[in-house]
Amino acid sequence: MALLAVEDVTRRFGGIVALTDVSLALEKGEIVGLIGPNGAGKTTLFNLITRLYRPNSGCILFDGKDLTRTPAYRIVRLGIARTFQNVVLFQNMTVLENLLVGAHSQLRPFSERRGRKQAVEMLEYLKLGDLGERLPGGLPFGTLKRVELARALVAKPTLLLLDEPAGGLNHEEVGELAEVIRRLRRDFDLTILLVEHHMQLVMSVCDRVHVLNFGRKIAEGTPAEVQANPDVIEAYLGAETVDAA
Amino acid sequence: MRRWASPVLQGLVLAAAVVLIVLLPRFTSEFRLGQFTYVGIYFIALLGLNILTGYNGQISLGHAAFMAIGGYTAAILILGQKGFELAGHDPAQVIPEHGMRALFTIPIAGLVTGVIGYLFGLPALRLAAVSLALATLAVAVSFPALAKRFEHLTGGGGGLSLPLPHAPFGWDISTPHWLYYEAWVTAAILFVVAWLLVRGRVGRAWRAIRDGEIAAVSSGVSPAVYKTLAFGISAAYAGVAGALFAIQVSYINPDTFPVTLSILLLASVVIGGLSSLSGVIVGALVLEFLPIYAQAPPVLHLNFAKQAGPVVFGFVLMVIVLLVPGGMASLIRRITRPLTAALARKA
Ligand SMILES: Nc1ncnc2c1ncn2[C@@H]1O[C@H](COP(=O)(O)OP(=O)(O)OP(=O)(O)O)[C@@H](O)[C@H]1O
Ligand SMILES: [Mg+2]
Repeated sequence: MALLAVEDVTRRFGGIVALTDVSLALEKGEIVGLIGPNGAGKTTLFNLITRLYRPNSGCILFDGKDLTRTPAYRIVRLGIARTFQNVVLFQNMTVLENLLVGAHSQLRPFSERRGRKQAVEMLEYLKLGDLGERLPGGLPFGTLKRVELARALVAKPTLLLLDEPAGGLNHEEVGELAEVIRRLRRDFDLTILLVEHHMQLVMSVCDRVHVLNFGRKIAEGTPAEVQANPDVIEAYLGAETVDAA
Repeated sequence: MRRWASPVLQGLVLAAAVVLIVLLPRFTSEFRLGQFTYVGIYFIALLGLNILTGYNGQISLGHAAFMAIGGYTAAILILGQKGFELAGHDPAQVIPEHGMRALFTIPIAGLVTGVIGYLFGLPALRLAAVSLALATLAVAVSFPALAKRFEHLTGGGGGLSLPLPHAPFGWDISTPHWLYYEAWVTAAILFVVAWLLVRGRVGRAWRAIRDGEIAAVSSGVSPAVYKTLAFGISAAYAGVAGALFAIQVSYINPDTFPVTLSILLLASVVIGGLSSLSGVIVGALVLEFLPIYAQAPPVLHLNFAKQAGPVVFGFVLMVIVLLVPGGMASLIRRITRPLTAALARKA
């Protein structure tokens, strides 16, 4: 059984149809890419999976359980954690406290000490070791992205949703990120859904890739297959000509 | 190194504050002592309001109404039906027959007000910040009229006079001294409770919701649970403060807790410092003494009109908001930082 199964999901915002009958499935342990031009509906799909939005139709099954009936705050308890495209950290809380909020679903009233220990270990794992007492404000963007990743990981998810983790990173950092993502899967037994515009990263870490365009799924396959798909090339070229106009 | 220096300093300041509060009755007149009792009472109300507004980001302009509910709960329980009849009132059936010792009414007042606050928090969940401020203001505005209307519970516009409280258990101290200790021991207990709440999982959930509700939800924090919890606890604190206030003045009427008090409470939280528990003590001192000194500045030997109080209060608030957005707590932190750093270097 697929770990995550999105089935015929449609979501409208007023007159805009952000997603039309989209289906996709993730097997346990996979790293799956989700790509598509701007406005294709990638972030919307994340927001549906994490129940920040509700689909107009279709259903989303995680471990066989229908998520459309689950309140948003329970999603992480089921084992789904995410990062945000535009980095959303708690600005008036230290980096360590940000992680402790991430571990909210893991902490019990008297497990504060254990929670802190695990958060500190996670900071060290992601090479953020000495930033625990710092506030997010003023830290470089790449570092903030890693803090957000750390906050998602301390929730001990089985499925990790990454929304453009390479956005705003320099060339070297993107190279590191590819290594980090592969290590994450190994070290934490993760299944990962990755939204990314950085094609090199997608091609180097993903087992399979789904492509969205204008809210519809237009292709799916291995990175090589998708790259050679004429519809995909068309969608990206089309998007570029629109951008240029 | 630096990590321990700040807690040590905090501990020292706290210890000094406790010693000062314990010793104060020896050095001061009973009149002054009464003023410091009010400081303790405001301290409790401001702790609660800071939990709601400072830590959780929900603005309440209705806390005077929660204090009033606590005050009336205490007054009603202290009098009982017998007390109402003695004072010539016609008591409602729900009121217990016999009066209760004042001290025991305080936790009950907190509980009753807490439950009411929690229930108020449920519909408030649907309101954005500004609408919530207005909704709570509406409660504070309408409370006096409601209190007058339900005469069988509140004694109507004439209010309820309470018997003068005495120290219990045959303790041989004067009434002002007893009231002072009663207020400050309660304040100390509630300070510790607030501190325990704020520093752990619950406090982080409150602050996370304040800083970003979507990221908080995605981290597993339920805004409904934690926002209503903050409302309930905050109201309970206000209720306890209101009960102590009514006991302190031995009287309560619909205007004991006016709308202006709601506004001054919020202003004092901001002056002390949002989401700072120690700043609350500054807020409480300001709330009690600023209006008094504004009216008659002690060094200048002037005597202004009664209206000077609110004006100066407003002015101080404006200065704080513009120059020290973190309130007095952040100012004090900024001043003591070199000291902490020096301590840490020595070690
Ligand atoms: N909350 C919302 N209200 C209205 N429209 C929305 C909302 N969220 C998304 N949309 C619309 O849905 C469409 C898909 O947006 P989405 O953010 O999912 O795209 P995306 O694939 O993540 O794009 P990008 O690569 O730029 O991040 C867009 O047209 C967007 O304007
Ligand atoms: Mg997006």
